[in-house]
Amino acid sequence: MTSQNNTPRTLPRFSSTFDPHTLAEIRRAAATGIYDIRGGGTKRKLPHFDDLLFLGASVSRYPLEGYREKCGTDVVLGTRFAKKPIHLKTPVTIAGMSFGALSAPAKEALGRGASAMGTSTTTGDGGMTQEERGHSSILVYQYLPSRYGMNPDDLRKADAIEVVIGQGAKPGGGGMLLGQKISDRVAAMRTLPKGIDQRSACRHPDWTGPDDLEIKIEELREITDWEKPIYVKVGASRPYYDISLAVKAGADVVVLDGMQGGTAATQDVFIEHVGIPILAAIRPAVQALRDLGMHRKVQLIVSGGIRNGADVAKALALGADAVAIGTAALVALGDNDPQYEAEYQALGSTAGAYDDWHEGRDPAGITTQDPALWSRLDPVKAGRRLANYLGVMTLEAQTIARACGKSHLHNLEPEDLVSLTVEAAAMAGVPLAGTEWIPGRTGY
Amino acid sequence: MTASPDITFDLAQAPLRELNSALHKATGETNARLWRVINPNGRHALAAGVNAPVTIEVDGHVGYYCAGMNQQARVIVNGNAGVGVAENMMSGFVHVKGDASQAAGATAHGGMLVIDGNASARCGISMKGIDIVVKGSVGHMSAFMGQAGALIVFGDAGEALGDSLYEAKLFVRGSVKSLGADCIEKELRDEHRKLLQEKLEAAGLAGTVDIGEFKRYGSARQLYNFHIDNAGAY
Ligand SMILES: Cc1cc2nc3c(=O)[nH]c(=O)nc-3n(C[C@H](O)[C@H](O)[C@H](O)COP(=O)(O)O)c2cc1C
Repeated sequence: MTSQNNTPRTLPRFSSTFDPHTLAEIRRAAATGIYDIRGGGTKRKLPHFDDLLFLGASVSRYPLEGYREKCGTDVVLGTRFAKKPIHLKTPVTIAGMSFGALSAPAKEALGRGASAMGTSTTTGDGGMTQEERGHSSILVYQYLPSRYGMNPDDLRKADAIEVVIGQGAKPGGGGMLLGQKISDRVAAMRTLPKGIDQRSACRHPDWTGPDDLEIKIEELREITDWEKPIYVKVGASRPYYDISLAVKAGADVVVLDGMQGGTAATQDVFIEHVGIPILAAIRPAVQALRDLGMHRKVQLIVSGGIRNGADVAKALALGADAVAIGTAALVALGDNDPQYEAEYQALGSTAGAYDDWHEGRDPAGITTQDPALWSRLDPVKAGRRLANYLGVMTLEAQTIARACGKSHLHNLEPEDLVSLTVEAAAMAGVPLAGTEWIPGRTGY
Repeated sequence: MTASPDITFDLAQAPLRELNSALHKATGETNARLWRVINPNGRHALAAGVNAPVTIEVDGHVGYYCAGMNQQARVIVNGNAGVGVAENMMSGFVHVKGDASQAAGATAHGGMLVIDGNASARCGISMKGIDIVVKGSVGHMSAFMGQAGALIVFGDAGEALGDSLYEAKLFVRGSVKSLGADCIEKELRDEHRKLLQEKLEAAGLAGTVDIGEFKRYGSARQLYNFHIDNAGAY
C-alpha cells in the first residue's frame, strides 16, 4: 500500500521458530497422520569437532618431521579378557550396518575396503552374510535385541562380538526395516514374513540391567571359549554411568555412538531430539574409564559424525582409542553421489540430501534390496574408494599428530586442543581459544 | 540316572570353564556320550555352546543361560533353571525337571525345550523356531514377538500372551489372563491337532493330555504393516 509513494515496506519475513521446514512438517503431518521416518543422522547443527582446533607445536613444543619421523596409527582392541585381541592398522573402523538395510554388494565393498586398510567391519541387525565374512579380514558380529539370524556358528566365525544396547541415532529405540526391503533373502535370514514392516525390539529379550549383562557377557565368553573380544555399544545419553556399568559388566571394549550417528531408518523426531552429541560424550566416558583405572585397558571406540582425519585426531585427543564410521563410509562407496542427481530429483530429493534409505530405492545401489539397483554398485571399485578414503583419514590424523609432536595418534591429548565456542569448550573440557577458561571446570 | 555316565564332572571340584571347554571339544565321534554334572549350585552358562550329540545330565539347579545356543545335545536338568534356559538354541533337546525362570527358550531357532514345572515371564520371547512344552503354567508376556515355532502350555498363561506376535503358534490348555496386541484365538483344526500330536510325541508326552482341550492362539497380522489407525495398539 505504501509502495506507491516509495516508502520502504516490510519484506516478507519467515519466522525462525516456524521456519519453512517446520511449516512443511506440520502440513505433512496434518495430511498423512504419520511421523516422518528416514535414514541418516541428525541434520541440525550441533556442537561438534569443527568447534575444536589443535595447537600445533612451536617454541614451547617440538613437532615431528612430516614425512620422515614415524607416527604410529595401530591399535589393539580387547586386551582385557579376550585370548585373541584384535590388531588394527588404523584406528578407523567400519560401524555396524545390517544386511537388509544395506545391499550385499555394499557389505562386500565395506569388507574389501576395510580389509585393504587393516581395519574391521561390523555386521548389523540382520545376521552375518557370506559376502561380508568372506571379504572382511576382521569382522565384528553384533549381538542385538532382535537376535535376527543369531547363531553359534557365526558367533564362532566372528573376530569379536558387539553387544548392542543402543545407538546414537536412537538411544532407547529398536531397529526398523520397512516392508520394501524385506526381500525373500532378508526375510529368511530374520525368520520373518516377506514384506512386513519389521520392528526390532529395543530391549534384549533375556536380560535386564547391568547385573544381568555381566552374566550375558560371561555366557558369550563361555560359548566362544574366552577367545573373542566383547564390545558393548551404547548410544550417548548418560555416558559416565553407561560406560561405568558396561565396564563393570565385563566389556573388553566400549563403543559410544553420539546423536549425529546415522541409522538405516528411524523416526526423524528420535534422530533429532534424543541423545547427546559425541563431543559432549567422550570426556565423561573417558572419566568413567579413568575412575575405574581402565582407560586404555578397556578400549573406547567413538562414533557419530566422524568425517575426516581431523575428527579422528580430535576424538583420539579427547581420549578415545579408535573411531567408527557409518555414513561417511557409505558416501565413500557412492551414496548420495551427484552422478545420480536426476534420479534423486525423481525421488523428490537431491544428491546430498537423500535420506529415504528405508524405501529401498537408493539410486546408488547401497541402501536397497532391489537386484537391479544392487548391480549398480561394483563392490571392487567401491571397496577401493573406501580404502582410499580410510587411507586419507589416517594420513590426515597423522599430519595433525606430527604437528603436535606426537609419535603415535594415541599420544594426542586434550592439552593439544582449544575450542572456538563456549559450548564446545564446556562439552569437550578444553579451554576457549586464547584463554585458559574451561567453562564449568576452572572455578568460573 | 538310568545308564551310568561316561564322565562325571563335579563343579564343586573343578571350574565351569573346564567343563564347558571339555564339552566344546566333544564331536560327533566322541566316545563320551553321557556326561553327568554334579553340584551345579546355580552356576550360569552351564553347558552353553555345546555342539555334539551328547547327553548332559545335571543333578541340581542351574543359573542363567543353561544350554544357551545349544546344538545337537540333550541336556537334562534335575532341578530348576534360571533365566534364559536354552536361549537361542539351534537344535537338540533340553529338559528341565523343575521350574524355569524368565525368558526360557528366548530367541531359540530350533530344538525342543520341555519344562515339567512352571515357566516364568517371557517364556519363548522372540522365539524363532523352537518348540517349547511347559507342563505347568507360563508367566506374562510369553511368546512376545514370537516369530516361529510352537509354545505348548498344559496349564495357564499370564497377561499379554503373544504380544506383537509374528508366526509362532501358541497352544494353551488352561486359561489365558489376557492376550497381547495383535494376538487372537484361532480355530483348532485337524492340522493343528496333528501338529500338537507330533510335538507331544517328540517331547515324549503323547497321550498325557487330551489334545482337544487346547486352544490355539496366533497373530491377527494387523500390525504387520504400519497403519495410522493402529497407532493405539503399539
Ligand atoms: C545404513 C545404516 C545402518 C545401520 N545399522 C545399524 C545396526 O544394524 N546396528 C547398529 O548398532 N548400528 C547401526 N547403525 C549405526 C552405525 O553402527 C553407527 O553407530 C553410526 O552410523 C555412526 O555414525 P555415522 O553414521 O555418523 O558415522 C547403522 C547406520 C547406518 C547409516
